[in-house]
Amino acid sequence: MKSYDPRINRLNLPKEENKEKALTPQENWATFEVFHQKKRGEQHVHVGIVHAPDPDIALLFAKEQFGRRRVTANLWVVKSSEIHASDYDDQDIFSTTPEKTYREASDYYVMDRIRKYQQAHGIEDRKELKRKKP
Amino acid sequence: MVPGFDPHNGRPEMYGNAYIETTPKTAGKSLTENEDPVKLAEFEARIAHGEKIEPQDWMPAEYRKQLIRMIEQHAHSEIIGALPEGTWITRAPGFRRKLALMAKVQDEVGHAQLLYSAAETLGKPREDMINDLISGKSKYSNVFNYPAETWADTAIIAWLIDAGAIINQVANSKGSYGPYCRALERICTEESFHLKYGHDNVVYLATGTQVQREMVQDALNRWWPPIMHFFGPSDKISVHTETLMKWKVKMASNDDMRQKFLDEYVPKIWDLGLTIPDPDLKKNEETGKWEYTEPDWEEFKRVINGDGPCNKERLAVRRKAEEKGAWVRRALIHDNEQYSIPLA
Repeated sequence: MKSYDPRINRLNLPKEENKEKALTPQENWATFEVFHQKKRGEQHVHVGIVHAPDPDIALLFAKEQFGRRRVTANLWVVKSSEIHASDYDDQDIFSTTPEKTYREASDYYVMDRIRKYQQAHGIEDRKELKRKKP
Repeated sequence: MVPGFDPHNGRPEMYGNAYIETTPKTAGKSLTENEDPVKLAEFEARIAHGEKIEPQDWMPAEYRKQLIRMIEQHAHSEIIGALPEGTWITRAPGFRRKLALMAKVQDEVGHAQLLYSAAETLGKPREDMINDLISGKSKYSNVFNYPAETWADTAIIAWLIDAGAIINQVANSKGSYGPYCRALERICTEESFHLKYGHDNVVYLATGTQVQREMVQDALNRWWPPIMHFFGPSDKISVHTETLMKWKVKMASNDDMRQKFLDEYVPKIWDLGLTIPDPDLKKNEETGKWEYTEPDWEEFKRVINGDGPCNKERLAVRRKAEEKGAWVRRALIHDNEQYSIPLA
């Protein structure tokens, strides 16, 4: 095997795979979920995972992987197995939310009632008064 | 036809396009034979609505299998793709180019990490994927089995191979699997620097001395056939392919991606006064399609199956890297650790 790369030629690479040298299970360690804060004052947002043996190394890898090309203020890592998530199969538990329009500012209308009252009691509308001023 | 190779008999094929097995071993049978029809209908309705599938969702076994295969091979392509360019870091002309090349190679390795993670959410541990790469069981993009002979080769790779990859990745980022789409969006952002960097290098050589122009023309001559191979042979349109397109695993046909590439980049190559080594290459103004000499698919298949100029070197380098790091990784394993599939 003759490579264009002199460094590779110096490695004296074996031609065939040595099956005993395959990676063993867990050799790449556990996974940590990474949360990235772009700048102070913003939320931390989930951006992906890293493999690491402990939280310190997870932070080091997260810095390389997620802080290398992006503006970054802060990172969190948490072991994947420590995350408790709701089940997508139960997504319908959230589906009543849009019906609760009484929680939305846009669901309140008062002007019709005010105008009706003003007309009945001879109160001149403030906006009308403003318009009349020279 | 290469003896013993039938492109439609279900053997592992590596298509540059979307790393998809278009003719699986189950060819002829329905992909969804043993699936729950109610769950399948819900799954397909979700995709038809443009919603993404997340790792915890129910999905057909074939969807999971094809995605693991596709994302894993994409990850391998990134990590192996770092090698031909990495070769030139020590000999890059000038510090700015050396720094830029190091940043690009580091990005490619980072892309592999993002993609391995996306594949892992489907249930295949990363150790298994790396073992399948270094044993030769799993494939990677065929273009990386060719050497980068000169500095100009790295310029052509960074410009045109990355351009091809971007066309492929932009299409796939509109697919149906959430974690893969998220990884691809990030990857595409970073690739835009690679493309500009590659173009800058090609332009510098193409507008330089006679020796520099010849150097970049030679590199283009060497890389044109692998570039034409990159998107894979014309798809055989089958029920299987249609299902994968309906599931938004396969986002465009190989020929469509190749046409898009030619449309965008042939004029840019010609702008530099370079010659594309295919006398029959031209755009048919009536059909709006590019016509070209059919690439040598026999060579493509031969190289994919291990007989390319660099297959052995690429895998041996990867294997050596894994072997050299093994003692560190093993020293840090916690014996009572339970494997847990990442969430997203």
